[in-house]
Amino acid sequence: MTQLANANASAVAEQLRSWNAQAVAQVIEYRGETTIVVPPELLLATAKQCKENPALNFNLLSDTTCVDRFPVEPRFELNYSLVSIPRRDRVRLRTSVSAQHPVVDSLMPVWPGANWLEREIFDLFGIRFEGHTDLRRILLPEGFEGFPLRRDFPTEGKR
Amino acid sequence: MATVETAVGTTKAMVLNMGPQHPSTHGVLRVMLELDGENVVKAVPDIGYLHTGIEKSCEDKTYSQSITLTDRIDYLNPLGNNLVYCLAVEKLLGLEVPKRAQYIRVMMVELQRISSHLVWLGTHAIDMGAMSVLLYCFREREEILKIFERFTGQRMMTSYIRIGGVALQPPAGWRDQVKRFLDMMPARIDEYEALLTENRIWQGRLKGVGYLSAETLISLSTTGPGLRAAGVPFDNRKMFPYSSYEEFDFNVPTRTESDCYARYLVRVAEMRESLKIIRQAMDKITDDGAIKTEAPGIVPPEREKMKTEMEALIYHFKIFTEGFSPPPGEAFAVVESPRGELGCFVASNGSPKPLRVHFRAPSFINLQALPFMVQGQLIADTVACIGTIDIVLGEVDR
Repeated sequence: MTQLANANASAVAEQLRSWNAQAVAQVIEYRGETTIVVPPELLLATAKQCKENPALNFNLLSDTTCVDRFPVEPRFELNYSLVSIPRRDRVRLRTSVSAQHPVVDSLMPVWPGANWLEREIFDLFGIRFEGHTDLRRILLPEGFEGFPLRRDFPTEGKR
Repeated sequence: MATVETAVGTTKAMVLNMGPQHPSTHGVLRVMLELDGENVVKAVPDIGYLHTGIEKSCEDKTYSQSITLTDRIDYLNPLGNNLVYCLAVEKLLGLEVPKRAQYIRVMMVELQRISSHLVWLGTHAIDMGAMSVLLYCFREREEILKIFERFTGQRMMTSYIRIGGVALQPPAGWRDQVKRFLDMMPARIDEYEALLTENRIWQGRLKGVGYLSAETLISLSTTGPGLRAAGVPFDNRKMFPYSSYEEFDFNVPTRTESDCYARYLVRVAEMRESLKIIRQAMDKITDDGAIKTEAPGIVPPEREKMKTEMEALIYHFKIFTEGFSPPPGEAFAVVESPRGELGCFVASNGSPKPLRVHFRAPSFINLQALPFMVQGQLIADTVACIGTIDIVLGEVDR
């Protein structure tokens, strides 16, 4: 599927490993992009480290994406695309949560811009973000039932 | 309902609803304004009125079928949307696009940037009361749309940029048409500046309005002219070049005041820089050459070949009935749209239809900054701030 990095992994992964080896569960280098797989309980701490460590300095959270890997468990894969404007670097943090407990820490304390990005994922996938200050639907109407972008929700809708 | 202490006693703040039908919200945007007289205490945007489930629809279509959907996300920048999606899919496939096709892509996307900024300028000016500027900008935009029609057959939803290259060869006589546009345009931009830049009313409406510091903007994930007007020279064309932009010579305009007036100056300067890029692209595009990469089974063969050669016919049939399957994996491509960093995340599970397509829409993310921008300002400044963020609701809602 994707090539596992060898010992010469990217510098970002090395920095994170030296801070906390548990945080880097896997490093994926594919098509010129670096993805660091992080266990969900260490996500917030890793994100803080990515922003505050001057050797990493990822000051911009570009995007959050959720991929529903149904029926593979853990089902929901969250991808956070980070940009370091001063260092001209990009990296992706990835974590996965299960269908039974789709909860993960909100990254709003690190990047306030995660607000609407996480609301969108909550709206369309139903993943709860602990510590989000205003977690409610953003694109769909308030009373909407269901989470449309999940793979088991039909494209045509349910009416 | 918030209560506000005043010298006389306590008053209740009034909640006023702005939109979703409103000439100044630039689309179906609803903003709930909590007002203390004319001042905004709190602004809460409510979006989703244009949500059509584009990302979900892409999961039911093959990779090439989704290109027509991408046109409609940011409907003032269809070529940019096509480009970011095609770059993501080409990354997944590991496809190299021929240089000539890359130069054509750059030229079309820069023309699109000018046309998008013209719409922005015209609508922003009319919101502020400078009504004549709207029609002047649309007059020039007509010329760009005529160029697109000549090249692609469509004025707006062109779907011209395809996986592996572009759809059609440049038409006969295109150089004269583009050159006429390039020769005419600088004087027209001077006209807009003559009407607006030193205008006391324009400056009075925009200077000091909607200020946010660079740190706040970065923490709110704002990108594009809004961030460049705060002094941060972040432009994907320079910082993470794509589609041969590293071969072009242009500047990235920045300002430091980070108010509506600075954003206006940045966008006008960007229009001039785009003209430079188009001129260089025109010189680089040779009269003959490939417009698509050779990738049998992925990029459809030429129509003439398809009608005469058996293998080409079989490839054509397979591509349009079953589609092609990229290897499993994910790719994230970014371009610099007129509104900021436009990204496309595509995940493949080895089937002809994508597992997930997600668009990082700059308008959606930049709009988060609106409540912070309008805090404590007048309602009239709210209109200026919505205009200065430059949102396109198709992109906000998808």
